[in-house]
Amino acid sequence: MCVAIPVKIISINGDEAVAETGGVRRKIIVSLVEAPKPGDYVLVHAGFAIKKWSKKDVREFNEIMGGIGAK
Amino acid sequence: MQEETFRHSIACIRELTRKIARPLRLMEVCGTHTVAVCRSGLRALLPSGLHLLSGPGCPVCVTPAAYIDRAILLARSPEVLIATFGDLMRVPGLSLGTLENERAKGAKVQVVYSVADALALAGERKNKKVIFLAVGFETTAPGMAWAVKTAAERGIENFMILNALKTMPNAMEALLKSGDVHIDGFICPGHVSAIIGSNPYEFIRREYSRPCVVAGFEPSDVAEAVAMLLAQIAEGRCEVQNQYLRAVSVDGNEKAKVLLDEIFEPADAEWRGLGDIPQSGLKLRDKFKKHDADLMYSGLRATAGGEKTGCRCGDVLRGLVTPMECKLFGKKCKPDHPVGACMVSSEGSCAAYYRYEKQ
Repeated sequence: MCVAIPVKIISINGDEAVAETGGVRRKIIVSLVEAPKPGDYVLVHAGFAIKKWSKKDVREFNEIMGGIGAK
Repeated sequence: MQEETFRHSIACIRELTRKIARPLRLMEVCGTHTVAVCRSGLRALLPSGLHLLSGPGCPVCVTPAAYIDRAILLARSPEVLIATFGDLMRVPGLSLGTLENERAKGAKVQVVYSVADALALAGERKNKKVIFLAVGFETTAPGMAWAVKTAAERGIENFMILNALKTMPNAMEALLKSGDVHIDGFICPGHVSAIIGSNPYEFIRREYSRPCVVAGFEPSDVAEAVAMLLAQIAEGRCEVQNQYLRAVSVDGNEKAKVLLDEIFEPADAEWRGLGDIPQSGLKLRDKFKKHDADLMYSGLRATAGGEKTGCRCGDVLRGLVTPMECKLFGKKCKPDHPVGACMVSSEGSCAAYYRYEKQ
């Protein structure tokens, strides 16, 4: 239940944002992270952004997902 | 690159285990780590004498069965709509069955992806009391805090939570204090730590002399965390280290922590398998009590009771036995007809062992 995935913020309206991962868009709440803005990558758990990610972190994550045993 | 990290970590693990030359038991506290260990086949690559124990870090699994009965009683009330994460739907209560069965009988139970969806439902369905089943650890709790605060600010009085939120560090301490199982070190939960930081584990290092490593969730992350713990033990160090630098800092997410503190206060909590643990839960502060289903429906209580006969979920959650040591595992208890919560949740130890490690 503590699974979280990185997504890219597309647009923001108040506490809500539209975020995208793998071509899928959905609404998330971004009020738990400091100064979110479109283009930021955030780690999302159960519909809430809990941590901003750098582009380097996202690259590393994507590399891992293509790696051993994790699809 | 990650494959290289994984292989290198395995080589380090083998060498360090040889060097330490005594049996070692490391606990992966988080259920998502248990799934990573089982799915990747990591356990089969570990040298004999090194054991990974599953801990109490599956929120659904540590929720007392009486909570499910209470949710079912609430669902039977015509004015109530229960909103829940899907994981809870098939968990058997003590005597009233499952939420899934209750929904089939006509009760209003709706699976949602996020507590924000439950809050939106409450805004749309003013004639219903929308009660969200708030189960989870520090990763999930800030979302609940946001929902309660937003409901209070917007006057959405028909939104409530049935609160079973819990916090991890005190549960880890309870395991050490109980002395039931020897643990040489902890693989600490990555996304809980994204909120609370790595600092809250310092007391485990300081007062209990157990090394801790916060880990990410991919196989290479977990293998690297195991190697880091073994290196500490081999070198006589005892530190809190952070393998999951992508997501975790020393202090965690300050904004989320401030919000948590505004809405909740620490309280004693009951854990399935571990019993009552002081200050291991989160209670809504008094000013938000109209959003507390436990208070607003205090007359609807399920009868207390023990575990189902033969079910060893409690022992599995404490690391006392592996799922396969339970007599019901794979026989009377399977994912399609589970007896205990650990076989229901996708993060439950029993479900992970059944899916990936059953011979």
